[in-house]
Amino acid sequence: MLPYLIKRLGSLIVSLFVASLVIFACIEIVPGDPASFMLGVNAQPDTVNALREELGLNTSHTQRYVSWISGLLKGDLGTSYTYRSPVSDIVADRLQVSVPLALYALTLTILIAFPVGVLAAAWRGSAVDLFVMGATQLGIAVPNFWFAILMVIVFAINLGWFSAGGFPGWDAGILAVIKALTLPAVALALPQASILARVMRSSLLDTLSEDYIRSARAKGLSRRQVMWRHALRNAMIPVLTIIGLQFSFLLAGAIIIENVFFLPGLGRLVFQAITQRDLIVVESVVMLLVFAVVLVNFLVDLAYAWVDPRLRERS
Amino acid sequence: MSLLSIQDLSLSIHGQSILDCVSMDIGPGEICGVIGESGSGKSLTALSVMQLLPEGAKCSGSIALSDIEILQADEKTLCNIRGRAVGMVFQEPMTALNPVQTIGQQVAETIRIHQRVSRSDAMVQAANTLRKCELPQERFPLSRYPHELSGGQRQRVVIAMAIALQPKLLIADEPTTALDVTTQAEILRLLQRLVAEDGMGLMLITHDLAVVTDIADHIVIMNNGKVVECGQAKALHSNMNHPYTKSLFKASTHQPERLGQVEDTVLLSVQNVVRDYPMARKSLIKKPAPFRALNDVSFNIYKGECLGLVGESGCGKSTLSRAIMGLDDTQGGVITLNGRDVFADETAREKMQVVFQDPYGSFNPRHKVGRLVSEPFFRLGRSATNDEIVESLVSVGLEAEDRNKYIHEFSGGQRQRIAIARALIIKPELIILDEAVSALDVSIRAQILDLLAKLSTERGLTYLFITHDLTVVKAISDRVLVMRDGRIIEHGDTKTVFHSPHHDYTKKLIASAPQIQPVEGINI
Repeated sequence: MLPYLIKRLGSLIVSLFVASLVIFACIEIVPGDPASFMLGVNAQPDTVNALREELGLNTSHTQRYVSWISGLLKGDLGTSYTYRSPVSDIVADRLQVSVPLALYALTLTILIAFPVGVLAAAWRGSAVDLFVMGATQLGIAVPNFWFAILMVIVFAINLGWFSAGGFPGWDAGILAVIKALTLPAVALALPQASILARVMRSSLLDTLSEDYIRSARAKGLSRRQVMWRHALRNAMIPVLTIIGLQFSFLLAGAIIIENVFFLPGLGRLVFQAITQRDLIVVESVVMLLVFAVVLVNFLVDLAYAWVDPRLRERS
Repeated sequence: MSLLSIQDLSLSIHGQSILDCVSMDIGPGEICGVIGESGSGKSLTALSVMQLLPEGAKCSGSIALSDIEILQADEKTLCNIRGRAVGMVFQEPMTALNPVQTIGQQVAETIRIHQRVSRSDAMVQAANTLRKCELPQERFPLSRYPHELSGGQRQRVVIAMAIALQPKLLIADEPTTALDVTTQAEILRLLQRLVAEDGMGLMLITHDLAVVTDIADHIVIMNNGKVVECGQAKALHSNMNHPYTKSLFKASTHQPERLGQVEDTVLLSVQNVVRDYPMARKSLIKKPAPFRALNDVSFNIYKGECLGLVGESGCGKSTLSRAIMGLDDTQGGVITLNGRDVFADETAREKMQVVFQDPYGSFNPRHKVGRLVSEPFFRLGRSATNDEIVESLVSVGLEAEDRNKYIHEFSGGQRQRIAIARALIIKPELIILDEAVSALDVSIRAQILDLLAKLSTERGLTYLFITHDLTVVKAISDRVLVMRDGRIIEHGDTKTVFHSPHHDYTKKLIASAPQIQPVEGINI
């Protein structure tokens, strides 16, 4: 187990290092001056020079990379050029929306996908299975922003159960937060749940045709017992992989839904930073997202080892 | 009264008839051997008793287990019977166990779903059952996972799962087919002992006559979903009535006729070959020692010869064949074909071809046979002419029209003929047959061996015949090499090695191999 853990941890560190190099190179080294890019074509040379000074662009690449990384490690992400405040404060603000939203959506995804996938696999070929396959097909095909707009009309405007947009902040109380985040979380969860339910179903069907399932039935286990005791855990590996990918996606890829519901999340922050050419924010937030993705993958690797004893020994 | 009584059992799956009026009886403490080739319906007979049939299956007739009529029983009764009154052991021990549960949990599960016992009591019983199956807790703790055990050990766990509640009937479906001969002998002895100790009835299903004739009291022979002959084992062996039974026995002891001459020239020379595999790292500091799969292996094959290479799984047979074909680099030694180094001179390899074990997996299903057969030419930068394709197909007993068909349209035996046609088309001198007949039924195997003998007579072909099956080697090869742990431990003339083996391992191997006494006076 220990070599497996250390190897995974090593790959985590290497991934982060490589990603930081790539991000740094894309933004700071490739031809074109970041300062004049940020200020636009009509900027005065004096202003550009002042910004170059502020950004430390007059020092060497290595020096800038080292100071960027050491800043990141200390939690200092620099100062946003457009907002004129520390990037770490802005990001922390946005994470208060994005992390709960992603976790909420992922929980819904799992709560929907697991029972639906198990049901479809247990009743393969039946009406239940056909319905699940059709509904998940639809869930994947329908754009979630359109679905989000429908939900706003029905549940926010007509029924008034949830808010139609905006985020009241955590000071407004947990209930207000739930009211604000439920519709976006559902909109995010539906396509993801459709994907996950299908993966769950097909992985379970593969597992159910294994020899050891037949052995278990020969011991006297019923279909239901076989499903819970033998099939489910063996079917988890592909499901865990997808869950890991989905969490990463939900954290940063919620930009359209954030726009529909007017939520101040990370996705919108990156989008705004890019349109406003605020490279300092872009650089740091992208690095942060890479860190989140790599960390989630590491956790998924740990989950693999927990599920499958054979992986604990393979290094 | 018999323990299990099957009367006029017929089975159809999605309307297609599979079993037709099958009847047999098994008494307590009796071993009943059910023999048949693939597709004869022997496994589905067993699954009918367990009622674990595939979807769309319909049974009629009667299966009585003591006083319970299985075909009338509801699912709850059946779950009660399975594991408690009837235990079942399957063919493939590598996949028959749940990979994410320990062996203790899996054996204890049989106990816990049928009896109200605590987890710890069930574990104690599981440990006792495993000990009975010769897996003592001191050496094989209950916390082991299946992947930490060998094939034979896993099969013992499967047997322990099946007998944990001392069922009255044990069904073993090809329990030793996937195992080495020495392991096979041990598992058969274990089954015999369990039957004697517990008075279980045993239904032993196999395609291998030799496995059954020694230990069964009663034999049932099946063909195309019907019982063609049944009776007491000894009586049946000396007095066969049905032509199918006779042909089955004849095919099992078939001796193909080879008339080719062995020349004095060396065709393939293997000298001091060493092959190391890197091992997985277990410790952080120590570098793992490599695994030596081939250790100083040397031998020659002469032109026109058939050399048999026998050994159990993991002994290095396949590694050796890969090295000879130049597929894997070696860490020492020289391999030459016609005096040309197979690694240095790639064109040297044109004069050798290979036929693998699995006739299902070794063809691309999306190409037609004509293209599949002409594959060896692709390296030479041209494709085979129509005449060449037809000639090679005809020479292995297929039709010229078969070139336009896809591989799924052929049976296992026909596919193996196509594999041989693919090897022949480039007119090689050496053909490596890597377990080439192991997956085939006895009658098909006899046909393929005849074909190989005919081809070697006609074309002066040389064979390296790699197999774990001693009967086959004995039937076809001139000389034999015995391999163990990456070394050649014995070599010599086939007759000499089989009659007076020197090495202890060879003796053990030959003693373990089940044999049928040839029966005089069978004419078909």
